[in-house]
Amino acid sequence: MSVLEAFKTMTYGPAPESAAEAEAWLEHHGRQFGLYIGGGWQEAESGESFDSFDPSTTEVVARIAQAGKSDVDRAVAAARKALPKWWQLGAHGRARYLYAIARQVQKHSRRLAVLESIDNGKPIRETRDIDVPLVARHFYHHAGWAQLMPTELPGHEPVGVCGQIIPWNFPLLMMAWKIAPALAMGNTVVLKPAEFTSVTALALAEIFDQVGLPPGVVNIVTGDGKTGAEIVSHPDIDKIAFTGSTEVGRILREQTAGSGKKLSLELGGKSPFIVFDDADLDSAVEGVVDAIWFNQGQVCCAGSRLLVHEGIHDRLVSKLRERMEKLRVGPPLDKTVDIGAIVAPVQLERIAGLVEQGKSEGATCWQPSWACPKDGWFYPPTLFTGVEPASTLAQVEIFGPVLSVMTFRTPSEAVALANDTRYGLAASVWTENVNLALDVAPQIQAGVVWVNCTNQFDAAAGFGGYRESGYGREGGREGLSEYTRPAWLGKLKKLEPSTPLPEPTDAGSAVKAFDLPRIDRTAKMYIGGKQARPDGGNSYPVLSADGKRVGDAGLGNRKDIRNAVEAARKGAAWGKTSGHLRAQILYYLGENLAARTDEFEGRVRELTGCTAKQATLEVSTSIERLFTYAAWADKYDGSVHSVPNARNVTLAMNEPLGIVAIACPEGSPLLGFISLVAPAVAMGNRVVALPSSRWPLAATDLYQVLDTSDVPAGVINIVTGDREGLAKVLAQHDEVAAMWHFGSPEGSAMVEKESVGNLKQTWVQHGKQRDWLDPEQAAGNEFLRRATQVKNIWVPYGE
Amino acid sequence: MKQDHSRPKAVSPAEADSTFERLPVGPLDLSWLRHVQVNRSAVERRAATLFARRAVKKDAQAGWLLRAVSLIDLTTLAGDDTVGRVRRLCAKARSPIRPDLLEALGVSELGLTTGAVCVYHRYVETAVEALAGSGIPVAAVSTGFPAGLSPFKQRLEEIEASVADGAEEIDIVITREHALTQNWQALYDEVKAFREACGDAHLKAILATGELGTLRNVYRASLVCMMAGSDFIKTSTGKEKENATLPVSLTMVRAIREFHERTGHFVGYKPAGGISTAKDSLAYLVLMKEELGDRWLRPDLFRFGASSLLGDIERQLEHHVTGRYSASFRHPMA
Repeated sequence: MSVLEAFKTMTYGPAPESAAEAEAWLEHHGRQFGLYIGGGWQEAESGESFDSFDPSTTEVVARIAQAGKSDVDRAVAAARKALPKWWQLGAHGRARYLYAIARQVQKHSRRLAVLESIDNGKPIRETRDIDVPLVARHFYHHAGWAQLMPTELPGHEPVGVCGQIIPWNFPLLMMAWKIAPALAMGNTVVLKPAEFTSVTALALAEIFDQVGLPPGVVNIVTGDGKTGAEIVSHPDIDKIAFTGSTEVGRILREQTAGSGKKLSLELGGKSPFIVFDDADLDSAVEGVVDAIWFNQGQVCCAGSRLLVHEGIHDRLVSKLRERMEKLRVGPPLDKTVDIGAIVAPVQLERIAGLVEQGKSEGATCWQPSWACPKDGWFYPPTLFTGVEPASTLAQVEIFGPVLSVMTFRTPSEAVALANDTRYGLAASVWTENVNLALDVAPQIQAGVVWVNCTNQFDAAAGFGGYRESGYGREGGREGLSEYTRPAWLGKLKKLEPSTPLPEPTDAGSAVKAFDLPRIDRTAKMYIGGKQARPDGGNSYPVLSADGKRVGDAGLGNRKDIRNAVEAARKGAAWGKTSGHLRAQILYYLGENLAARTDEFEGRVRELTGCTAKQATLEVSTSIERLFTYAAWADKYDGSVHSVPNARNVTLAMNEPLGIVAIACPEGSPLLGFISLVAPAVAMGNRVVALPSSRWPLAATDLYQVLDTSDVPAGVINIVTGDREGLAKVLAQHDEVAAMWHFGSPEGSAMVEKESVGNLKQTWVQHGKQRDWLDPEQAAGNEFLRRATQVKNIWVPYGE
Repeated sequence: MKQDHSRPKAVSPAEADSTFERLPVGPLDLSWLRHVQVNRSAVERRAATLFARRAVKKDAQAGWLLRAVSLIDLTTLAGDDTVGRVRRLCAKARSPIRPDLLEALGVSELGLTTGAVCVYHRYVETAVEALAGSGIPVAAVSTGFPAGLSPFKQRLEEIEASVADGAEEIDIVITREHALTQNWQALYDEVKAFREACGDAHLKAILATGELGTLRNVYRASLVCMMAGSDFIKTSTGKEKENATLPVSLTMVRAIREFHERTGHFVGYKPAGGISTAKDSLAYLVLMKEELGDRWLRPDLFRFGASSLLGDIERQLEHHVTGRYSASFRHPMA
C-alpha cells in the first residue's frame, strides 16, 4: 500500500509485531525441547516427542518431548526431594525467588508474549497487554504472600508435592496461577502444560533456571493426557490442581477418590452476560466483545449467553452486528487483530459442529460480511438469535467465538435464566442502577460477578467456580488455602477401625422389672421441620455400649433422603436470612439444649457407656459449640480486595453452598453432630445430616430442641439408618452442593467417587480422627471455610 | 439533495463522492435525554484499549498522518495575536508540509492543506485575504469565547460580524450553566439562535467538556447541540483545565452515532486542546474509524483543533522519508 493509497483509503495496513527475538530463541533451542526436571533439561526416557503448531499458519513451532511414567516418577522424586529444603528456606527466601521470577518475566515480556501468540494463536494485543502482565502480577502478589505467610497464616504448612495440569487457552497465565501460590506456601511442583501449548511453559522454566530456583522446586513435564494421567495417579503427589474441561475434571475426581490427594478444579462455564434496559448499551457492546471474542472465545468464563431485556433486544443486536463488522480476524502477531486463530483443528471442528447444530435447531446464525483468512485455523465471530434455554447453544460450552442471545422480562427472570445451567463460573451484569446490580449479583450462582465490566482478573482477587465449574479459588487470600493447611491436620490420629454394629446380645429392653415402664419413644426422621416415619416403615435397634437395647431408630432409605433433600430445597430462604437472625436461633438452640442438660447427659452415658464426667463434658461442649457458631454467624466477613484498577471495589463475599449433606462421626454422638451441623447452618446452608448409625438417639432427641428453637422448616433435616448407604445416596444427589463425611477411609473414597455427578464439594477425613473436645481440631476457621464459597463481585464505579 | 456546504477540499476525489444534506435545526427531545446512560468506567476502559487494539505502521502511518494534516484547524487564539502572526499561520495552512517531503512521499498531487484556519473575529478578514484562492475556510471562535458569558445580543452580533467578514465556520461556546443545571431548553434555545445567526456558515458548538462535570452531561449536551442544529460538536476552547480526552471523545462520538442512527443526519466532531503529538492524532483517527466509520475521516466531519500538532507530524513524516529522526527547525514555522 502506498502512502497515497493509505491517505485515500484510510485502511490499517499490516502492523506485525516482530517475531525475531522469539524465533531466535526457538532456533537457539533447535526447536526441540526436553523436560525440565530437578533443575535441568532431560530427555524423555521413551524418546517420544510430538509437534507443537502455530495455529495461524499450521506450521510446526517446535518438537516437544512426551513424558512417560518414568519421567513423571523422576519429576515427582525431584519435587519430593526439594520439598523440605524449600519449606525450610523460609518465607523471605521464597519471597525473593518469586520476586525474581516476576522481574524476569517483565524483562522478557515481549519475547514471552510473542511466543505465546505463535504457539497458541491468540492476538499479540492480548498476550502483550493482558496475559504476560498478569503473569508478572501473579508472581509479585504471591512473593508478598510468601513473605507474609508466617504472620498471616500462622501454624500452617505446605500441602506437599503438587501435580498441576493446565489448559491451552492461557498457557502462561494458568501456569502462573498454579505455580505462584504453590511456591509461596512452600510446596514443590510437577506441572504439565497442555500438549497444544508447551512452548511458553518451557520458556518460563528457563526463567526459573535463570533466577536460580533450587532444583526440583518446579518440574515441567510435557505430554498429552497420558502424561496427565501419570501425574494424577502418582502415589507420591499430595495435591492435584487442574484447569480444563468439566469432562476431564470429573475423571480426575473419580481417579483421585480416596487417594487422600487434595483436589482443586477450575472447569468449564456457560456464563451469562445480562444487559438490563437501563444499561449503557454502547459500553455493554464493548463488554460483549471482551466477553466472547476475547481469546477467540476459548475462555472458561466467556460470557457466552447474552441475556437481554426483551424491550432492547433488537437495538442491542443491531449494535452488536455493527460492531462485529469492525472486528478483525487474522494473524495473531498483527497488532490490529482482534481475533486470532483457534488452537487446533479438533477445536475448530467442535465449534463448527455446534454452530451447525444450532442452525439445525432453528436458531438464527449471523456472521460478519468479511471472510476469515484461509491459511490457518480461523473461525469468525458468530451471533445466534432466537436461542431458547432448551437449545443446545444455550446449554453446551462451545469454547469458541459464538454468542447466543436470549431475552428476559424481569430481573427475577434474568436471574432464573442466568442460573439455569449446570455451570457457575462467572457472570456479567450491566445496569446503571446500583440497586439492581447489587440485588442481582448475590443471586447469581457464580464464583465471579462483574458489574458493568467483564473478564477482569487480578492476583489479589479469587477466581473459581460454583456448581460444575469446579471448586477451589485461584488468587487472593482465598486461593492460598488450596496450597496450605494447618500443621495440626497432619498430626491427627488414625481413625480406629470401627467395629461392626454389635448384634444385640439380648433382644429385650435393657431394663426388665415390674416397675412402671418408660413411655415408649419413637425416634423418626426429622424432615422439613416435622417428624416423619421412615418411608420403608422399618426401625432398627439401638444398643448401648454394653449391647443392651435402649430403643429403636428409623431405618432410612433413599426415599427418606429424597424427601429430606426436597425439604432442604424448600428451605432456601435460610440462605438469605441475616447473620444476626441465624445467630439468635443458634443461641436459642444452645439455651434449650442447656435446659435439658441432664437428659442429654443421661442419653450420652447410656449410649456410649462413658463416665458421668465425660458425658457432662460432651453436653457442655456441645452447648459451647453452638455459642461459637452463633458468634460466628454474623462475623465471618468477606473482604474487599485491593486490585490495581482505579475506582473499583472487588467484594469477596462468603456465600453459603446451598444444601450440605453431613455424615456425622460414629463417636461423640451429640458433640460430633453439633460440631458439624452448627457451622453449616450458621453460614446459611441447609443440612441433611446422618447421625451416628450406632448411637443416633442423641441426635433424634434433639428434634424437640429444634422445634422449640425456631429453626425454620427444612434447615436441619435428619435421617437415621445405615449411614454409609444413605451417604452414598446423598453423595450422588445432584441437588446437594457439598458432602462432608466423617468416617472410614472407604467412606471417604466412596463419597469422593460418587460426587462426580454434579461435582459437589467434598470434605472427607481419609481415615483420620478428630478430637471433638479439642477446639483447634473441632471448631473454627476450617469449618467456616468449608461451609462457604467465595464470590468475587467486581464493581467499577465513577460518574 | 442539497449540496454539501462544508466545501470539500481538493485533497482527495474520494471525499467528494459522498455528500450529505446539512443538518437542519430539529426539535428538542427531552425524553431522549432522560434515557442517556454513560458508564464512566466502561468508557474509560474502551478508550484505554481502543488504540492498543489497532496500529498504523510504515506507509499506512505516513498516509494517516497526511490525513491528519488535512483535518487540522490550524489555530491561534492568543492575546498577543497580530496581523503578521495570522498571515504566517495562513501561509502554513496553505503549505503545511515541505514540498520535497510531499514529493518523496508521492503525494504532491494532493495539494495538501490544513482543514481550516481558526482565529478570533478580529483576524477573520486578515485570514480570508491570506487564504484567498486556497479553498481553505476561515473559522472564527465566537460568542464571547472562551467563557461565553457576554450579553446574548452581543454574542449574536459577533457571529454576524464574523460571517460578514468571510468566516465560513463559527466555533461558538455554550453557556455551561445551562448544562450544569440541566436547563436543556435554555441550551437548545441558545444554540438554535446561534445557528440561525450563522446563516450558511457552519456552526461548531464548543461544549467545554472539562467544565461539564460528568460524561453523562457531556452526552446530553452533545445531543442538545445537535438537536439545535450544530454542524459540529467540539470538546473544548483549549482554555479549560481539561481539554480533549479520549473518554470524552468516545462519549461525544457515540452521541453523534446515536444521533445519526435516529435522525439520519451527519454531525462532525472536533476534539480540541491537548492533541499535540502525531501518535495522539492517530489514536483519534482510530477512534473515529472504529466508532463512526471511514466517512468521519474527512474534513467535512472531523477536525483537530490544534496548534502544535502539525509540527510533530512534520517531523514524523520526515523521519518516514529519510529514516533519520528530524528536528523542528528543519520545518517552516507557522
